[in-house]
Amino acid sequence: MRENRKSFFGRTILNTCLCLAFFLIVEYMIGAKILNRYYTNILNLVLIYVIAAVSLNLTCGYLGQLPLGHAGFMSIGAYTAAIITTRFSIPDLGPISGEAVLFLLATIAGGILAMVAGIVIGLPALRLKGDYLAIITLAFGEIIRVLVQNIKITGGAMGMGGIGRYTGFGWGFFWTIMVVAFTFLLVNSRHGRAIKSVREDEIAAESVGINLTYYKIVAFAGAAFFAGVSGSLFAHHICYLEPGNFGYNMSIEMLVMVVLGGLGSISGSIISATVLTIVPEVLQTFASWKMIIYSLLLVVVMIFKPSGLMGDYELSAARLVRKVFRKKEETPKLPENYTEGEETDE
Amino acid sequence: MNRKQERSPLVPVPSGFLMREEDVDKTPVLEIRHLGVDFGGLVAVEDFNMALGRTEIAGLIGPNGAGKTTVFNLLTNEIEPTRGIIMIDGYDTRGRKPHEICRMGVARTFQNIRLFRNMTVLENVKIGLHNEMKYSIGEAVLRLPRYWDNESISDMRALELLSFFNMQDMAGWKAGSLPYGAQRRLEIVRALATNPSLLLLDEPAAGMNPSETVELMNNIRRIRDEFSIAILLIEHDMNLVMGVCDGIVVLNYGKIIAKGSPEDIMSDPVVIEAYLGKADQ
Repeated sequence: MRENRKSFFGRTILNTCLCLAFFLIVEYMIGAKILNRYYTNILNLVLIYVIAAVSLNLTCGYLGQLPLGHAGFMSIGAYTAAIITTRFSIPDLGPISGEAVLFLLATIAGGILAMVAGIVIGLPALRLKGDYLAIITLAFGEIIRVLVQNIKITGGAMGMGGIGRYTGFGWGFFWTIMVVAFTFLLVNSRHGRAIKSVREDEIAAESVGINLTYYKIVAFAGAAFFAGVSGSLFAHHICYLEPGNFGYNMSIEMLVMVVLGGLGSISGSIISATVLTIVPEVLQTFASWKMIIYSLLLVVVMIFKPSGLMGDYELSAARLVRKVFRKKEETPKLPENYTEGEETDE
Repeated sequence: MNRKQERSPLVPVPSGFLMREEDVDKTPVLEIRHLGVDFGGLVAVEDFNMALGRTEIAGLIGPNGAGKTTVFNLLTNEIEPTRGIIMIDGYDTRGRKPHEICRMGVARTFQNIRLFRNMTVLENVKIGLHNEMKYSIGEAVLRLPRYWDNESISDMRALELLSFFNMQDMAGWKAGSLPYGAQRRLEIVRALATNPSLLLLDEPAAGMNPSETVELMNNIRRIRDEFSIAILLIEHDMNLVMGVCDGIVVLNYGKIIAKGSPEDIMSDPVVIEAYLGKADQ
């Protein structure tokens, strides 16, 4: 009934195999031109949004706060990484491409800077709750946008071009696994329980010795880091940055993804980020109806499934395997696990 | 720990309260001196003094709005006191955050149950064990051995604590789906998980029928004896208060109007007038 070492390693191996298989299949399909450039582009975008949504789920779903400045963190990550990759270069080291190393380092740097910003903004902002926190983070997002618009290094309102197109399926998939694994492993530890307890009841959490400020900052910083990463991937996906890319519309879009998928469900965030990225693309042909259908979809889901598509349920490959081989299992037990990444499939 | 059948008599101590003789020479688990708090111009608690021996059960009673829960909130620093000193195990609590007070050994339950409703019973208890577990975020994310060791120990500890109230079979339930009585018990278990030396119970018998109240009385004594901790409780149910408490403090309009053993309190005319006023025919 409890998570133990043996079953954990079993599940890890199973999930790794599934991820690897998914990765190889998609890589093959891209190589064999079954997925053309258009589809590959959408796939990359899906992964970028998945990273952003899963990280936002950490503050929104698990910590239970309502931040509206996620695009601000993405923006910081995007510009930091873009500035680094456009100004520096690393020579190739044998088989290791210098570009890839540079991109990895730039992405990590973008994430770290976003994380620092998250801590700086979080320290005062997280004293507030609900609407107040939403407004202060919204303001933060706008400050970032205006700042980016008015300083030289980011190209100001003109935007920033000439960014290398480094984001491919490989990188997107790598970081998706990173954020999913990080979130899952964190949430199912004493630290994750502390974060969830803050969501459930702050006063009770405090009374059993949970340091509220610390865990709010931890969740906020973790989310900001991966938001920065997804920003970096975004920058190197569209190759041209302008301040308007990261308006508060984008923060809202992220929020919609998390709420639609289910607060506190990683697989929910993955599914809804995938669906909500693909749906507008599919509806491209009915351009004038696009927004109506999109909104209608949201309204319908919220009416019939207010807790989101998945609630706080997680998909689990291990559970599926157990079900297939062992037919019947005892009725609801402790929350089980989920799979990493492969449900991003379209 | 063995149950102590015979308990030493109550003796007066300098703070004006009664204390078990065996506890007199030890540092009191709780000592409050001249505690007071104002909300704006309203004096909510004024000149509150008491001391609590290491294995004592004390009751805090008084009419509605007398400031009983405020005293609890002051004890856990949920509200900062305006005046006075609170000492836990001889250490001053001024300027400390509620979670630090918890680590000093004060655990509490709430008048209106505050469980982590969407989490399982086991998780609720394990949050209480949070500070007993020692592993960093890095160790958690990488699932290093310390994670597994700590988690399995705390799983066992949590089940052991749950078995105190015979709740181990409910470990996998969502806390919010438990029946009312079980939720109250779970709150106590969660508080006990923090390894307190002082347990504060805010109306533990609220909403319970007489037979459940009797069971609760036995449980309160069992907690005191098996964990050898002090318990301070707020309660309106006089049977419970008189039955289980060694000493009682009566609060009215934020001031202590009487202190003493249950027998003294029951016959105190001031208390009868203020609190049991209707019974004066």
